[in-house]
Amino acid sequence: MNFDFSADQKSLREQARKFLGEQASSARVRRILEGAAPYDAELWRGMGEMGWLGTAIPEPYGGAGFGHLELCVLAEEMGRSLAPTPFSSTIYLAGEALLLAGSDAQKKRWLPRITQGAAIGCFAMAEGPQVATPGNLTARVEGGHLTGTKMPVLDGDVADFAVVLAADGGAGRAGLFLVDLNAPGVTRTTVATVDPTRSHARIVFERAAAEPLGATGQGWPLAERLLDRAAVLVAFEQLGGAQASLEMAREYALGRFAFGRQIASFQAIKHKLADMYVAVELARSNGYYGAWALSTDAPELPVAAAAARVAACEAYYQAAKENIQIHGGMGFTWEFDCHLHYRRAKLTGLMLGSARRWKDLLVARLEAGAA
Amino acid sequence: MDFNDTQEEAEFRQEARQWLGKHAEPKSGAFETWQSRYPAREGWDGLERAKAFQARKADAGFAALHWPAEWGGRALPPIYQVIYAQEETKFLVPRGYFEIGLGMCMPTLFAYGTESQKRRYAPAALRGDEVWCQLFSEPGAGSDLAGLRTRAQRDGDDWVINGQKIWTSGAHWADWAILVARSDPKAAKHKGLTFFFHSMKSPGIETRRIKQISGASHFNEVYFTDVRIPDSQRLGAVGAGWGVAITTLMNERLTSGDLRGPDFEEIFGLARSTMLEDGPAIANAAVRDRLADLYVKTQGVRLTRFRTMTALSRGETPGPENSIGKLVNAPKAQEIASFAMDLLDMGGIVMDKDVAPLRAAFQESLLTSPGGRIAAGTDEILRNIIAERVLGLPQDVRVDRDLPFDQLPTGTR
Repeated sequence: MNFDFSADQKSLREQARKFLGEQASSARVRRILEGAAPYDAELWRGMGEMGWLGTAIPEPYGGAGFGHLELCVLAEEMGRSLAPTPFSSTIYLAGEALLLAGSDAQKKRWLPRITQGAAIGCFAMAEGPQVATPGNLTARVEGGHLTGTKMPVLDGDVADFAVVLAADGGAGRAGLFLVDLNAPGVTRTTVATVDPTRSHARIVFERAAAEPLGATGQGWPLAERLLDRAAVLVAFEQLGGAQASLEMAREYALGRFAFGRQIASFQAIKHKLADMYVAVELARSNGYYGAWALSTDAPELPVAAAAARVAACEAYYQAAKENIQIHGGMGFTWEFDCHLHYRRAKLTGLMLGSARRWKDLLVARLEAGAA
Repeated sequence: MDFNDTQEEAEFRQEARQWLGKHAEPKSGAFETWQSRYPAREGWDGLERAKAFQARKADAGFAALHWPAEWGGRALPPIYQVIYAQEETKFLVPRGYFEIGLGMCMPTLFAYGTESQKRRYAPAALRGDEVWCQLFSEPGAGSDLAGLRTRAQRDGDDWVINGQKIWTSGAHWADWAILVARSDPKAAKHKGLTFFFHSMKSPGIETRRIKQISGASHFNEVYFTDVRIPDSQRLGAVGAGWGVAITTLMNERLTSGDLRGPDFEEIFGLARSTMLEDGPAIANAAVRDRLADLYVKTQGVRLTRFRTMTALSRGETPGPENSIGKLVNAPKAQEIASFAMDLLDMGGIVMDKDVAPLRAAFQESLLTSPGGRIAAGTDEILRNIIAERVLGLPQDVRVDRDLPFDQLPTGTR
């Protein structure tokens, strides 16, 4: 039994924690929160220099060719520090989509630029405040041109290219498309979201050039596979954030006195913290299983990814929400960092689809497995 | 990451599997237990058979894998105990007879007994010739064990014991017992306790079965009336019994049994086979939502155990984070039972084994699962343990710590 990260992976974690402790401090995250820039360009450059952007990208495409376990390790640390960069959209979504469905030429064109930090990618699926389904997708490709509106698109305002899910190939069918966001026919505006530490856009496409990524009409199954892979990686970001929220709450409860003693000595607080710990550990174990399935391309991945996502969404939201509660009045001030995780917990809980939807998917997959 | 045994572990697993295949009986269903197969004479028939199996298990060297070789063990790291247990659960093997003796009483004797005592008792316990029980809890001392009141008074070379113990598993068939009693009521609560072992056949001991909600009787009350224990059977110093009891309890989590009731697999199966007003239960959104939650918890606990095994396999000590398993599983068992009955609607109350799904396993579990949230540490105590030992939070403020025990306030329950 070897259900843990290796010594090398753990030393990568230490290295990442140290780097992010300096380069993604609360002050740096708050610069982005308060609108100084859509993301921290200096941190993004630093990540490129550390070689993080190519962690799971094969060497022929300029990557380091490590693997997804290493990427999970980095994701957890980025989640812990709330690193305000376009890492998740570029690496977990656009990069993974290229690895999953891209032709050799497409990979050669974009992956080396990703690993060098020369291109930011994003994934455009949602079309407003409703779940995207084959029945309501309005963005459409005709004759190699994409028309429609995508919103919100994580990092869509700063990205160089997008992987877009758009209707194509008959009723209810869709395709994935690569779109150069600096080309004509693309209009982007930043949209306000609950988590300003991550930038989001509304992108209007008017006959923008769109290049098929993967087979025609395979958009939905490809998107599902892509979201499974991203779900595991985002689960590690969520785990990092949940762990940070738990630690923040613990520190505060130890230092805060009321009724003549540490509030951490009251069972109401102790039990709340114990419940947060249990939720985080269950999510961690589900996350590890997802990491194993992702890194080995195991047939268990769809179930493992859904379970990892459900557990991580719920643990992070619980930890972030109760962290505010344990901080009392200070917890809902702008000054304290509690709200940064509260915001991020909700963002990460929705960015690949809600836990509600993933629970339904999980049960569907279990049914398919039992049939 | 992988889920494979090391070569040594794989060889051991193979050896265990072969031995069990030859000497143990297969189960006829997931919920069959030794007691349900051999129910005659309130478990006595089962006890005789269990002793015979235990002797063979001891001869084969599987009965106490981590004990030193001189006491019949193999001095193996704890991971081997886990591997053996994994293989054993596939068979119908005795449960609930020897775990307390081997897992709690003998480790205490090894730590505090004399050489001649270890020689006298350990081999007999290992082979199942003598069964042990543990006399700790009292009507007024459950979660707050140190509040126990059973008196031990010195009389020459003996101690005289008076009082009552409760929740004693197996007291009705045990030959020997470990006991913690109050030797000095004037001392502070934790300082006036002394630890003994004694024969359950001693005059003055009366054992009464406790009937549980489910109708079964796994526990006993044990009454002491002027029971005499020689001072040579004291373990640890006079007044140092709390420290000895902690040694015993530290071993408890290693011995907690795996009483298997309906789990995710069973509720998932029920949801697939039960019709609701609008179609199959599995197609109902509210049902799916809860199933997903239950699956994630079930997997979470199972996979956390894999992490524990990994630590054991690497020779590391798994921490008290082990306690999350019971804290999650015990309430989950109760939730699954209740949820399953809800799916059966009006008919959910029926406990007739010929009518209710899975021979009424869900209804049985409704009545047994509350005990799981209480025995071997209540949900609340487990949260305290996580808070204090894992998260390093302060203990509760204690109003009883430094007062003489006989001046502590008491209630009416």
